[in-house]
Formats: sequence, structure tokens, C-alpha cells
Amino acid sequence: MSKELIRLRDCVMSYGDEVVLDHINLYINDKEFLTLLGPSGCGKTTTLRIIGGFLSPTAGDVFFDGVRMNDIPPHKRAVNTVFQRYALFPHLNVFENVAFGLRIPKADRDGRKVKLPEREIHQRVMEMLEVVNLKGFEKRPVSALSGGQQQRVAIARALVNRPKVLLLDEPLGALDMRLRKDMQIELKRIQQEMEITFIYVTHDQEEALAMSDTVVVMDGGRIQQIGTPEDIYNEPKNAFVADFIGESNIIDGIMRADGVVEIFNRRFQCLDKGFEKDEPVDVVIRPEDVDIVDEAAGQLRGTVTAVTFKGMQYDTIVDFYGFKWLIQTTDYCPVDSRIGIKIDPDGIHVMKKSQYSGMFGDYSSYSEEYEELDVAEPEDGEEDGSREGGYEE
Amino acid sequence: MRNKRGWFAFPYVIWMALFVVIPIVIMAVYAFTVADPATNATQASLDNFTDMGVYLSVFLRSFWLAILATLVCLLVGYPVSYWMAKEGPRFQRVAMALIMLPMWMNFLLRTYSWMSILENNGLLNQLFRAVGLLDLLGVDHIQMIGTSGAVVLGMVYNYLPFMILPIYSVIVKLDGSLLEAARDLGADSARVFSKVIFPLSLPGILSGVTMVFVPSVSTFAISNLLGGGNQMMLGDLIELQFLGGAYNPHLGAAVSMVMMAVVVVCMVVMNHFGEGEEQAVML
Repeated sequence: MSKELIRLRDCVMSYGDEVVLDHINLYINDKEFLTLLGPSGCGKTTTLRIIGGFLSPTAGDVFFDGVRMNDIPPHKRAVNTVFQRYALFPHLNVFENVAFGLRIPKADRDGRKVKLPEREIHQRVMEMLEVVNLKGFEKRPVSALSGGQQQRVAIARALVNRPKVLLLDEPLGALDMRLRKDMQIELKRIQQEMEITFIYVTHDQEEALAMSDTVVVMDGGRIQQIGTPEDIYNEPKNAFVADFIGESNIIDGIMRADGVVEIFNRRFQCLDKGFEKDEPVDVVIRPEDVDIVDEAAGQLRGTVTAVTFKGMQYDTIVDFYGFKWLIQTTDYCPVDSRIGIKIDPDGIHVMKKSQYSGMFGDYSSYSEEYEELDVAEPEDGEEDGSREGGYEE
Repeated sequence: MRNKRGWFAFPYVIWMALFVVIPIVIMAVYAFTVADPATNATQASLDNFTDMGVYLSVFLRSFWLAILATLVCLLVGYPVSYWMAKEGPRFQRVAMALIMLPMWMNFLLRTYSWMSILENNGLLNQLFRAVGLLDLLGVDHIQMIGTSGAVVLGMVYNYLPFMILPIYSVIVKLDGSLLEAARDLGADSARVFSKVIFPLSLPGILSGVTMVFVPSVSTFAISNLLGGGNQMMLGDLIELQFLGGAYNPHLGAAVSMVMMAVVVVCMVVMNHFGEGEEQAVML
């Protein structure tokens, strides 16, 4: 649909023995909103700084429009950055902060340095302040602005130079929840209005899913998965991605045949194919993909160990044969009740085993505080009693 | 009093009263009176101020040499501060120690050693003679001691640390992301310096200039020793009125008052000029 703008080829970044980026291969399309998502220390900011020109990769190449850019300094790249803590110039007011890039003479077609006329600078700054809803603030010192306003000055200061690519390094990190949500919508609007490529770094998976065209999930200096938000959420490639994006129950399973996976010695229909027969796999089941039914009708049966009201749903922790699942449901199931569950084939996601297998997915820790409260957990044979209301004792 | 612990400031208030306010009052009393040489009786008068015109050259020289010394300190001190701030912490510790080291020696001792370096038969002239420079020029010695240059050199040597330290501490604290932001917006190194680093280091420059200019303009030992009596400055003039042969504390007090007033006016003007940047650093 659109053409490739930036490519990282086999980028490695290491400091001595410590490898921060491990052979990153990535391309970014024109006008794309791409998010680098991962926990702190995963290499996402390093990747961004390599694209911005603040770091030079230890090995590998960076291409812009097919031209190798490894040794081009930041001030000669058609890229602008919105920094984590905005980095506004404290000695300049809002207008001069935004005008900073425009006041720098640029080489014209003949290679002569040309200054923009003051009228054009003024016009472009005012236009940009309007885009970020800061009209009337141009005379203010930046120290007199709130966090959200400073943030928008930083965005305007970068965008006014009409870069091909805007790099954003956790730009919403310092804002409160409410403002973050507003700014997410705002940023998406600006990106679409101005038709620029955004490369966005965040550790907030909700933010990544809400704004991006493409999400790149990173961990340990490696790319774990690249895909649309839907792909990443619905078809996580490994246990890390499944755990990092949203809540998930990750269970050991065995692939018995195409479309048949066995967990807890029961066979389930699924949509996944192409595994070896009897291959051990990780099975991801999203908490909202589980239907709670009567115990007798369930594919699996378990005991509720904790219920937390979350507004839209109840987060219910259910113990199935010693493995605790998180189930999000609108039905209230009291603690200690026995329930059954059903899972549709499209709610089951099968993944190859990886280095992350066994690290995530069990919700035992989630319910620790509740477990401390109920000392004796009824095992088998008490189903009837509990259903008749014995749980008040 | 809003602050209930205000009484903690009491010793300070007493200190200030004893050693700042009272001396200034005494000085003012002296300045606005004259003594009759015959009877030693004093009477209020403005004569001290009206007679001061004869010392105009001393005033001018004092301010001129102090401005020169401050400028040289700035021109030398700024690059040194900048360079130090850019280096690693190890280098910074060593450099700081080297800058502070001379201050452990007595001020007079340091100035005397400059005398023996700059004298007509001093170290430098001996060196010039040894390498044949003096023969080449056909002179017996190069006159250094007793010139205004020697006085400025002495002031620069003694007060340079007071320029370096405040500038260094401002630059070293500059937020690195501001410099990255400037580069990101298209600024090359020269522009990053002129548009970001320099304006943001103005508060340091301001306090450095103050800390060099004020002691320079009132110095007396340096001008006395290195100026060889030819380079009388305000400090020397005042000293003469109190301790020297021209004993006249009333005139000395008046000269001090005028000097103080001029310095205060200079500082107020400069601080006003730098107000915007002070706020910037507070951010």
C-alpha cells in the first residue's frame, strides 16, 4: 500500500559484552504509525536513538529511502524527535521553542544556506500551535505550562519542521491517566492529518494497541513479534508476547493433530495447524474468551478462588487442577463455587515452545492476598454443598 | 512572624548588625564629616566628595583594570569551564583540585612570587636573556613589573577560579537532552553552543563576573606589589588614607562609599540584565 521509508538491517548494539540490540531487522513504511513496545531495557529506546542518529549501531545498517544513514549526524536527518521529558528550551518562550528549527538556515537546491523569511516562520509556528491546540500561548515562558501543554509544545516544535518521520520516546509517560488518553487520540489525529510516519516508543501495551498501525514487540534486545495490533493480540507468537499484551492464561499443551490440542488431558478444538504430531506447545487463552457454564456442562471444571469487581467485568481466578486461570466475565461467581468452562475453537491460540515457556501465564500470584484468607480449600466431593449456599460459613 | 523558627536567624542578624550595618554607618559618618587639623574637631561637610575630583584618574584606572581583568578571566575561564564540564568525572576531580591548589597558598605569597617572576632581573627576563631574545631586541630587560599589564595579570591569576567555578557548575548541570533536542532540530555544534549552551550558562557568567570584578576593583596589594607604585588603584588610595602617610580617614571613607555605590549600581544593572536567565535555571 505504501512504500518503505526506513530499514534497519541486522542492527547490533553492544557495550563491551553487553548486547543491547541483537540483530534487529525492521522496515517502516511511509505514513505508518509504528510502535516499539516492550519492558524497560528491551532495546526500544536504543532502536529509536539509532534511527534519530544519536547512536551509531555497532554493526548493521540504517537506510532512509534506500540511502545508508549510519554516519549522518542527527541535524542532517529528515527526522525529528519528541523527547521523553520534552527537553524544551527553558530560556525561550513557546513561540521561540517551536521556531527553533525553522530559524536554522537550510541548504537550498544549489547548496546555499538560506534563512526562512520571518513572515513564513511566524505563519508556520502559528499554524502548528493551532494544530496542537496552543493558540494564544505563544508568549508564555515554557516553565509556566502544565505537563500536557509542554508536551504539545514539544510535538509542535518537532512537527513544524515537516519531518518525514517523527520519533516519540514515551512522550506520554509523565502525564496522568486522563491526559494520556486524550493525548493518544490527539496524537493519532495529528499523525493522520499531517500524514507523517510516527515511530513511537512505549512500555504501555494499551497505548500501543490503541494508536498503532504496526506494533513491534521487543524483549532482551530482540524483536519478538511484528504485526498489527489485532495480530499481536489475537495471534501472539510466543509466551512473552501473549503475557505482555493484555492478560492471558498460558498453559502447557500437546498438539495431537491439526486443529486438536490437548490440555489437562482433555482435547480441545482449535484453529491452529502445521505442528508436528504430539509436539509440546504453549496454549494461550484470553480471559475474555472463556465462557462460564454449569459445572456439569463444562469442558474443564474448577473452583473459584478469588473475585475482583473491575467495573466492566469480574476478574475471576479459577483453580483448574492446581493451575490458576484468570477469567473475565460479567457473571458473578462466588468464591469457592465450582464452575465449568467452555472455550470456542477461535479462543484457543497455540504457540511454539520458546525460551519464555513456563515463565508466565499462571495467576497464582494474582490471588495471593485472597488465598491467605481462605485456609482450607475444599477439594472434591463438596460440589453440591457449596452450590446450596454453604459458602457463608 | 510567620516562620516560628525565625529566632534561629537571630545570631545571623546580630552578626550582620555588628559587622555589616554598624561599620557602614561609621563609614558614612566619617565620609560626611571633616576634621579640623588644628583642633581635631569634626564637623559635617560634603568637602570629601567635592574634593574627590583630583582622584578621577585613580577611579578610572581602577575600573578600567578591573574590567580588563574580568574580561580576561571570562575569555580564559569560559573555555576551561566548558572543557572541564565535557570531560569525565575523573578529569573533573583532578582539574578542580588543580584550580583550587594555588588558593591554599597565601594570597600575598602568590603575589610576591609573581613579583620575582616579572622583575627586571626576574625569572622571565633571565629566561629571555638566556634564549637571546633581549640581545635580539637590543634591550637590557623588558619592562613588565610596574605596568598595568602586570596588575591585570596578578588579578587574573588570583581571581580566575572565581570565574571558572560558577560557570563550570552551571554547564555541568545542563540537561543533555536539551543539546540533543537542538541537534535533532537541525542545529550544528556551533549553533547548539550559541543558541542553547551559552544562553543557559549566562547565570554562571554573571556570578563569575561579579565574583571577579568586585575584588578586582577594590584590590590594593596586587596593584601595589605588581604595579610598583605606578598603578595606584582605589584600594591603594583608601589604604593610604587610613594607614599611609596621607592620613585622612574622612576622605578614605568617602572614597569607599563612592566605590561601593558604583559597584552596587553595576551589580544591579547586570542582575537586571540577567534576570530572565536566572529564572531559566530555576526551572
